[in-house]
Amino acid sequence: MKRLFAAVLLAVASNVIADAALDARLRKLEEELRCLVCQNQSLADSSAGLADDLRREVRALAVAGKSDEEIKQFLVARYGDFVLYNPPVKSTTWLLWFGPFVLLAGGAVVWWAVGRRRSRKRSDDDDDDFRPPGGAPTPEQAVEKARELLDNPLD
Amino acid sequence: MKSLRLIIPLVVFLVIVVFLWAGLSRDPREVPSPFIGKPAPAFDLVQLHAPGKKLGTADMKGQVWLLNVWASWCVSCRVEHPLLVELAKANVVPVIGLNYKDKNEAGLAWLAQNGDPYRLSVVDADGRVGIDWGVYGVPETFVVDKAGMIRYKQIGPLTAEALQQKILPLVRSLQQS
Amino acid sequence: MIPELGHFALILALLVAIAQGTVPLWGAYRRDGALMALARPAARAQFVLVALAFGCLAWSFANNDFSVELVALHSNTQLPLHYRIAATWGSHEGSLVLWMLMLTGWAFAVTLRSRNLPAAMLARVLAVMGLVGVGFLLFLLFTSNPFLRLIPAAPEGRDLNPLLQDPGMVIHPPMLYMGYVGFSVAFAFSIAALLAGRLDATWARWSRPWTIAAWSFLTIGIALGSWWAYYELGWGGWWFWDPVENASFMPWIVGTALLHSLAVTEKRGTFKSWTVLLAIIAFSLSLLGTFLVRSGVLTSVHAFATDPARGVFILIFLAIVIGGSLILYAGRAGSVGGGAQFAPVSRESFLLANNILLVVACASVLLGTLYPLVIDALGAGKISVGPPYFDSVFYALTAPLAFLIGIGPMASWRRATLPDLWTRLRWALAVAIVAAVVIPLMRGRISPLIVVGLFLSCWIAASTVTLVIQRFRHAPQSGLGAKLGANTSAWYGMVVAHLGVAVFIAGVTLVKGYEVEQNVTLDRDQSVEVGGYDFTFRGVVPVNGPNYAGVAGVVEMRRGGVLLDTLRPEKRIYNAGGNPMTEAAIDAGFFGDRYVSLGEPVSDKGTEGAWALRVYVKPFIDWVWGGCFLMALGGFLAMADRRYRLAVKRKIDALVGATA
Repeated sequence: MKRLFAAVLLAVASNVIADAALDARLRKLEEELRCLVCQNQSLADSSAGLADDLRREVRALAVAGKSDEEIKQFLVARYGDFVLYNPPVKSTTWLLWFGPFVLLAGGAVVWWAVGRRRSRKRSDDDDDDFRPPGGAPTPEQAVEKARELLDNPLD
Repeated sequence: MKSLRLIIPLVVFLVIVVFLWAGLSRDPREVPSPFIGKPAPAFDLVQLHAPGKKLGTADMKGQVWLLNVWASWCVSCRVEHPLLVELAKANVVPVIGLNYKDKNEAGLAWLAQNGDPYRLSVVDADGRVGIDWGVYGVPETFVVDKAGMIRYKQIGPLTAEALQQKILPLVRSLQQS
Repeated sequence: MIPELGHFALILALLVAIAQGTVPLWGAYRRDGALMALARPAARAQFVLVALAFGCLAWSFANNDFSVELVALHSNTQLPLHYRIAATWGSHEGSLVLWMLMLTGWAFAVTLRSRNLPAAMLARVLAVMGLVGVGFLLFLLFTSNPFLRLIPAAPEGRDLNPLLQDPGMVIHPPMLYMGYVGFSVAFAFSIAALLAGRLDATWARWSRPWTIAAWSFLTIGIALGSWWAYYELGWGGWWFWDPVENASFMPWIVGTALLHSLAVTEKRGTFKSWTVLLAIIAFSLSLLGTFLVRSGVLTSVHAFATDPARGVFILIFLAIVIGGSLILYAGRAGSVGGGAQFAPVSRESFLLANNILLVVACASVLLGTLYPLVIDALGAGKISVGPPYFDSVFYALTAPLAFLIGIGPMASWRRATLPDLWTRLRWALAVAIVAAVVIPLMRGRISPLIVVGLFLSCWIAASTVTLVIQRFRHAPQSGLGAKLGANTSAWYGMVVAHLGVAVFIAGVTLVKGYEVEQNVTLDRDQSVEVGGYDFTFRGVVPVNGPNYAGVAGVVEMRRGGVLLDTLRPEKRIYNAGGNPMTEAAIDAGFFGDRYVSLGEPVSDKGTEGAWALRVYVKPFIDWVWGGCFLMALGGFLAMADRRYRLAVKRKIDALVGATA
């Protein structure tokens, strides 16, 4: 009797643990799927009727042993790529996925180029703005410069 | 060289404007069906008016037909329903109704009240067949050809415009082939 | 009568705006003092007229004048007064009047604080703002008239969307618009500089306080929006990378870059044409955001009811304003140039990196937001870009940025040396690394993202504290008071704002790393343990509000057996429209929130039986918004710097006058 009880308990416990693990996996998967009827919500978060149905479907497929990828393909076959919150990486989305990195690389190049240009300029003085081309400053310009210096505390 | 760089922001902006302009004539909420040109998902469902009998996609092979997804709780269905009733009277193409996530009594009462344009309706109580067909809102209408391939999907209520300009010409050309 | 008065005020405002937008511009071109002098009174008159129109609209809402169509559609007699007034901006038309109020308000502020501005510059700045106003007023009057009458008047209104019946609604849009629209001032300064064909460091000094002010308000506005979504929507999320959220975030990102770029331009006279471009881009993104929300081009929870005609109008307006500005930039920015030299390791160089990272981040958000539209327009299918994409891209770009926050303020202008920086910062680095590893281990869960997030947060905090300590230690003054006074308000602003960033990153890292969520079904007197707290469901009780009725769940929260609080999440049905709403119950604290949301009754006993509940424990989530408010506080401190205040100018003028 005790053994039977223990066996039942073990079965229930392992089911509960398995359920928790399944729940966690499903939740992660549902966060990557879009709810089609609501504006911009994931399948995990939405409370729409269709979302309930789809979550039920996803759960049934998972219990039947399908992998995450297979579940996603199941939905994509019926609703198109739109159902994936994370767009797939294919030729039409290269720009989307690689764009930021390309821009960052471009930015790095710009940073390096500007740095080089600015450290090379030896002919200019950093009093550029205050000295007019050719000639000493006029009294008005000197006052202006004094004002500038008074205004900008050394930092 | 420097002036070339200064034009870049303008060029980028113009490209964006072009796409925004294109976007104005599109509906971002519309999800096009991936089934266009592919075989319709098979179903074999109980009929609404005759619970002892069934209808399947296999039974409709050899003719062009429309599948209209409807429900008694659906407000927009009421908007398109008169058009369906008209279409049924013209007897151009059989329309099969898919009673989606509804209760039989409610569905029957709704048809009795608003008219029944369907050759017959089948019951999809839990919405599984709807998921198989990629239904995400009600109403939706599919055009299926003689070989059982989906040729067109109308998202949302049918409009006279959509019927005249897209659906009926398509149906006629499919019927002649 | 009152609505007609408001309508008339808008028409007059349009006429004034046309005058304001053209006459002073011509006067500046012709150096005609009289024509330029029209700018100030015109801007003030326009503000008064728009305020009058706004007042008339608010009056109509407050007094339940259902003969005004807008009021009939968006309000209700049972709505409490403060929501009736907030409903003024709860619709597309009303929010545009708010937009105009902010625009004319900022212009009015410029007229008050511009004693020192050369007449030509002031004339151009106000003229540009006037022209923007012309566009919006035309849009209002021709496509989105808020004063349309409903004849016969409706007996009762349709009610404000329940989601909007909330204190957040009262304050979030005004703050957001203050920020959004405030960038028009920096924009106007840039255009004025390009038109004059001249740009010097003083231009940066004039622009800077206005930019900081707008940025601070925008920070508050976005933070409020996020907080509101968190407690109102019921599932504990606080940022969704929704297109409309992105539309407000992108100007903020560029605004941050602009703030830092202005610092360089003001101090060193470098990056001038780049700063001008950033100011144009910041406001352009504000306008783009306005377009995205109202045109129906992208799906969003925030979008107003749309009409393609409106979308076309805004797009054309956008094209003219932004296109025109960028053409002017392409033509004139070349003459603006020049700039000082700086070494590869220097504060300028770090700030340049800051700008580049921010701009790339903004471009990525823009790319992700518009990409579905691009693909659809090209006929290449329909895809959706959601949070997973934005999160991964954004984190990757902001991590190096956050690292730079620690180094930049330490580096000297023109030339800094790495060994020197290393010596100054090595302790901060050590503290950050240790904290980043120890804290997760103490909490019992460690992951790469948590470690990186905590490292960055502690790094910014430690290096900023180091900066302050070293500044005080090396200060020539004696006594704490003197030392405190020796630093400018702007410097303190920077310190506070950077600490705000550290707090923000800590909040985000900790809540994402350690939040716990459970969807449970509980019967009466059943409990569930979540995140170390025990939640006991005691059934539901009926609730009645001024314009709604529903049920409230009673949930007791305990820790270690001690009853801490009773939470009452509600499910309401609003009388007017029959709209259902879920109001979550939140127990907020400095170290985190406990959040309970009522789902549906799941048994056949209906509301008396078991209910589905969502229970969340979110550690440190209030640090997310606390960090934002600190950033805004830093901004306000920076704005109050005495450099920008008139008193000092007068002193110098007096001095100069005495010696001349």
